[in-house]
Amino acid sequence: MTAITLIEAVNKALAYELEHDPNVVVYGEDVGVNGGVFRATDGLAKSFGEHRVKDSPLAENLIAGLAVGMSAMGLKPVAEIQFLGFIYAALDQIISHASRLRNRTRGRLSCPMVIRTPYGAGIHAPEHHSESIEAMFAHVPGLRVVIPSSPSRAYGLLLAAIRDPDPVIFLEPTRVYRLMKEEVEDNGEALPLDVCFQLREGNDVTLVSWGAMMHETLQAADELAKNGITADVIDVATIKPLDINTILNSVHKTGRCVIVQESVSTCSVGSEISALIAENALTSLMAPVVRVSGYDTIVPLYKLEKTYLPSKQRILTAVQQVLEFA
Amino acid sequence: MNQENTIVANFAISYFRYLDENGICSKELPAYLQDPQHIEKLYKMMAKTRIFDKKAITLQRTGKLGTYPSTLGQEAICVGIGAAMKKEDVLCPYYREYGAQFWRGVRMEEILLYWGGDEIGSAFKDNPHDFPICVPIASQCLHAVGAAFAFQYRQEKRAVVATIGDGGTSRGDFYEALGVAGVWKLPVVFVINNNQWAISVAREKQTASETLAQKGIACGVPSLQVDGNDIFAVTQKVEEALARARNGEGSTLIEAITYRMCDHTTADDASRYRPEAELKAHEKFDPIKRVKQYLLSKGDWDEARESKMIESFTQEVNDAVARYLETPTPPAEVMFEHLYATLPRAYEAQYQALKEGTK
Ligand SMILES: Cc1ncc(C[n+]2csc(CCOP(=O)(O)OP(=O)(O)O)c2C)c(N)n1
Repeated sequence: MTAITLIEAVNKALAYELEHDPNVVVYGEDVGVNGGVFRATDGLAKSFGEHRVKDSPLAENLIAGLAVGMSAMGLKPVAEIQFLGFIYAALDQIISHASRLRNRTRGRLSCPMVIRTPYGAGIHAPEHHSESIEAMFAHVPGLRVVIPSSPSRAYGLLLAAIRDPDPVIFLEPTRVYRLMKEEVEDNGEALPLDVCFQLREGNDVTLVSWGAMMHETLQAADELAKNGITADVIDVATIKPLDINTILNSVHKTGRCVIVQESVSTCSVGSEISALIAENALTSLMAPVVRVSGYDTIVPLYKLEKTYLPSKQRILTAVQQVLEFA
Repeated sequence: MNQENTIVANFAISYFRYLDENGICSKELPAYLQDPQHIEKLYKMMAKTRIFDKKAITLQRTGKLGTYPSTLGQEAICVGIGAAMKKEDVLCPYYREYGAQFWRGVRMEEILLYWGGDEIGSAFKDNPHDFPICVPIASQCLHAVGAAFAFQYRQEKRAVVATIGDGGTSRGDFYEALGVAGVWKLPVVFVINNNQWAISVAREKQTASETLAQKGIACGVPSLQVDGNDIFAVTQKVEEALARARNGEGSTLIEAITYRMCDHTTADDASRYRPEAELKAHEKFDPIKRVKQYLLSKGDWDEARESKMIESFTQEVNDAVARYLETPTPPAEVMFEHLYATLPRAYEAQYQALKEGTK
């Protein structure tokens, strides 16, 4: 086993599926010869041929619509949208068709496709390269939305996403692409979708997060531990469909919950989780649920992007608030 | 070298027809279109489509069907497509292609169920591969190129037909699909049903493009026009395009010129925007009359067979209507049953509550 980065894990998962399933086709803007602007598909065109790892024309709605047609006819397309901020043009195909074809045809046709795309702030990118709009997809019936936060989960969850019989939006936290390394065995073992991963066990507070913010959330948990405060730390991983039970079980135990997310707060995944906790665990709560989010602003250009992103300090302040609530 | 005013490319769009509006055939027909039995089949499917269409409108007017888009006047296009396709090809239709769908095994009651508000109408019991009717304009063009890619990838000799209206050619999906079809040489045939109107917007207000066919030229897709009221021209040109596609020669764009002899849908009133005289002027181009005229002139048809045919199709349509009307409203929980391959745990409670009628 070797320690690899998240982007390498993505590459390995794609290679594994290309190797083992002849129906898998990888394509998108610059994914072929160039191996993707982040190198997620580096070397794949060379290993598997340009008919399987393809450069597509520069048209996001086309990329999504192609996947609908390909997957309905038995292929397993894994399409890349170069940055999440450019996916808006593709929403029609994703929402009107990919998510609905199974339902529309009563199961006769379906879309076992994956759209993967880097997302999130923190890499000093230009406009439209930094947003976290996972809630937009979480709102759509018929989709799965999966967000890995570490190399091993990127590997296992991407394999699961490709093998899943329904459309999956797979959001890769750009900031984490090369932030850390983890030992990942390239054995083709998928991780389960639709479940949260509990990363730390504790009794005093439940910390819930996903994607890049897992990083600051774990740092905050470590800091709290130094002061004798133990946290359950949950990586949501699949944000749709949401495994609320794991979160509720934890909240029943700790009575306190802080949700950490990079996206804006309004109508966010954090809003959904806190509503579900209010509906299902009110009597276990010893303090109101608190969301630590990005501001309700457009993600600023890089001079202010660090300010936009929730910091470890903001998380610690929120934990303090729920602990001190009378 | 002075390169000013140098012409670097030249294009032409050709227009194709066999049968004029009096049913007189001006060119030699390919052998299969000289077979009276085959022509009779084409004619009958057009007639059946029209009888179905008329019945569907009656059902809507009597509150037994939801909004319905008629295909009146466009029967030669859909029937021609249906006849030219092989069973293993795939159709990505817009919403006025019943004739093609019937040809391909979609049941009349399925079309009625769909417009009658039940998704089961797109389950196509006897047609496993075709796409359902596509309501978001032009988006089916992208499914068609995706499906065509799947066939090319597996080296199957199959092709795809995508159909679209004149208004639909304004959308990006249409251009995006043509672009990739050209560059990847995909086995797909695009057929534009140019019926001159997109709801109330006339063809001249939709685009300044001289023809709609020329939109394919920019993408390197061979493009042509046919008389869309001439069943022979449509069948033959779609047939040729499909043969090219199956042979790995890439895609074709066919602009079939026709006229919408009906309101846009049953929810529309075309008299608000379309002069009555214009509609009247197009009646003489009726695609069904034209082929009937041809059959009569050859002595391959007569009024006795005509009335027998009408009687038998009326019966067939009525039977389909009865089956449609007898189909019960599905139980509430089916809303969840085809959302995902297996119902995620997250929705189990809602599903159960619907099933038990407790929510
Ligand atoms: C993307 C989209 N926009 C708007 C509509 C509403 N709409 C339905 S049919 C139609 C006009 C289509 O005209 P055309 O493409 O010429 O086809 P026709 O109905 O005339 O056969 C419109 C605007 C739609 N269904 N999809």
